[in-house]
Amino acid sequence: MAHGPATNWGTDNASEFKTKMGIKLFLIYCFIYSGFVAINTFLPKLMELKIVFGLNLACVYGFGLIILAIIMGLTYNAACSKAETSMNKPEKGDRQ
Amino acid sequence: MIYTASLFAIVIFVAFVLLVLGISFYLGKKPSSVSGFFAAGGEIHWAVNGIAFAGDYLSAASFLGICGMIAVAGYDGFLYSIGYLAGWVVALFVVAEPMKRLGKYTFTDALDAKFNYKGIQLMAAISTLVVSICYLIPQMVGAGALVKPLLGLPREWGVIMVGSIVILIVSTAGMKSTTYVQFIKGGLLIIFSSVLVFSVCHKGLSLKPQESYHNFLTLNASIQNGDVAKVINPGYQIVSQYRQGGFHAVKLNINGVNNWWKVNGTKLEEMLSIVKMKDGGKLYNGEPKANRKFYQVGHMSKIIKDGQEISKTGKINPFQLLSIIDDSEVVRFTKKSFQDGDNKVDVWYQNPTSGKDIMRPGLKFKVDKGSDFWSKLNFVSLMLALFFGTAALPHILIRYYTVPSPKCARKSTIVAISAIGFFYILTLFMGLGAMVSGVIDVESSNMAAPLLAKSFGVAIFSCISAIAFATVLGTVSGLIVAASGAVAHDLMDNFMGIKMSDREKVRAGKFAAVIVGIIAIILGILFKGMNVSYLVGWAFAVAASANLPAILMLLFWKKTTAKGITASIFVGMVTALGIILASPSMYVRYGLDPSTAIMPLNNPGIISIPLSFLTLVGVSLCTQKVKQM
Repeated sequence: MAHGPATNWGTDNASEFKTKMGIKLFLIYCFIYSGFVAINTFLPKLMELKIVFGLNLACVYGFGLIILAIIMGLTYNAACSKAETSMNKPEKGDRQ
Repeated sequence: MIYTASLFAIVIFVAFVLLVLGISFYLGKKPSSVSGFFAAGGEIHWAVNGIAFAGDYLSAASFLGICGMIAVAGYDGFLYSIGYLAGWVVALFVVAEPMKRLGKYTFTDALDAKFNYKGIQLMAAISTLVVSICYLIPQMVGAGALVKPLLGLPREWGVIMVGSIVILIVSTAGMKSTTYVQFIKGGLLIIFSSVLVFSVCHKGLSLKPQESYHNFLTLNASIQNGDVAKVINPGYQIVSQYRQGGFHAVKLNINGVNNWWKVNGTKLEEMLSIVKMKDGGKLYNGEPKANRKFYQVGHMSKIIKDGQEISKTGKINPFQLLSIIDDSEVVRFTKKSFQDGDNKVDVWYQNPTSGKDIMRPGLKFKVDKGSDFWSKLNFVSLMLALFFGTAALPHILIRYYTVPSPKCARKSTIVAISAIGFFYILTLFMGLGAMVSGVIDVESSNMAAPLLAKSFGVAIFSCISAIAFATVLGTVSGLIVAASGAVAHDLMDNFMGIKMSDREKVRAGKFAAVIVGIIAIILGILFKGMNVSYLVGWAFAVAASANLPAILMLLFWKKTTAKGITASIFVGMVTALGIILASPSMYVRYGLDPSTAIMPLNNPGIISIPLSFLTLVGVSLCTQKVKQM
């Protein structure tokens, strides 16, 4: 039984760029997430600190992690799309 | 809690389910190939797939479980939202495109693409089945909890209904119908949750959340030698007393009805109680359930806005909702169980809690007061599993095979992160809204969000409940497709080498879907009453331990061997399951004392994930020659 992909597509010359960028962004997010877990675990009282709009650090950091994931995702996609356009010929899924 | 079914709610609910089934049957008429059944032919648009991702991922655990946990334990429940969302970062930056490039229909295909090794095929298929079943249990529990207030049916009926409908959906058309079911319900869930949050803010906060909210009484008593000697208020007679540690309760009789009160100095505070009698009967606040004396609860005891104490706020914005709760005080209801003669008594006493404690971690996860090494480790372990679990969930991974290209896989993941992230922000407002709106059913925290909707009218309650039910349908459908793929494609076709035509493979997949559906129904009934988000935490832990080390090392470590992957999946899965089965939470399910549990941890990730990585590295290094041959 073949294990290849369900749909065929061309070679991706931007693959290495995307992998490196993905790992960098993952490590940055991982570091910020670890900080969040560390404060919650070892200094939970610190989360009471009021930061902005009457919100405490727990809310600001928590919302921040969610919003940061969205912003980083959009940035990553923009960079990857740009790299794909400059390094590859148009692929099948691009037309969608 | 006793619920009455509303005809309007039933009509909306039935219409919704029929719509979902209609879509399923319509799509099911189209020719179904193996690729069509397991991967929707790889032709779903990335934007549709992104919302379907959200529909798949925002399961009962997210909508029912997280909102319920926030409603009873404040910010600690929101930690699940953060962990679940953060996991998508791993999926997007590390896993999405390579998995799409490597795989065909299932997660096993991707892992085995390089090796074509029987051990990987077997282990990855078993792991897919185990994770899918772990994830299915909370969905079915959620379905049971939902049907009770909506249709007035017992929980078991909810579980059986979901199981039957999903079996019908999956066996009709597979991944394509599943995708559109998830797309519709994912979109509607986000829209209606926004409406609910808007309604909470528009209504504002009040010391009396609803006109019909029960007024909890306080009596005066005289105390002698630490016992209640006399109740000053007329008509009350002392029946018995219970004392353990700092907790002191007294059973009083008035007009022939016995009820339990918490002793607080010389004050007696009314509690909620359920007494399970020796003959199997139950009394709710001293009376039969049908008398409706068991109330929905949760209210504010102090509201501080701009430094002033007030009784109601009027319309507020979302930031104000959070900051006012932070500055104020909320009465939560805390459970205590004890024996009174032959009767087992569960009481929920009023526990005024400072907003500061609600809006920071510590009420559920012991990271502050009363914490120790194991409780902190337990918390870190959970956050680790949530972070690494998402990218290793089989029903999420198979969605990468429904789009035409790796680029589309990436784009659909970003749509998913945006939709899911927005929804998770809403969970904090819905959960806190439920906490202070007098809607909590102390018997099941899972119903907080739908019951919050009910406080705004039957129409929004019906829509929210129907969507929540569809939420369960969508997620369960995805899980059953993943599990049936593991059986029919990975085990029967690849591992056992059974020669089947395309039609026979689809038939085998449908048969597997029916079997897995039946197993899910049985487990859903057995695990009723547990918080669904808590149960999903276990599925994440098993997925992160069994699958993620194999995925990451295959992608990023050239010395990875087939035997290394096989051993790592086995060790990760067995260790995670072993720790869960020996955990204090499971001891409670066994009816044993949780303090005697073999493992002090409830969440296995901190042990099982590193162990799985180490196993892969060790075995791969020892089997390098085999790889070169």
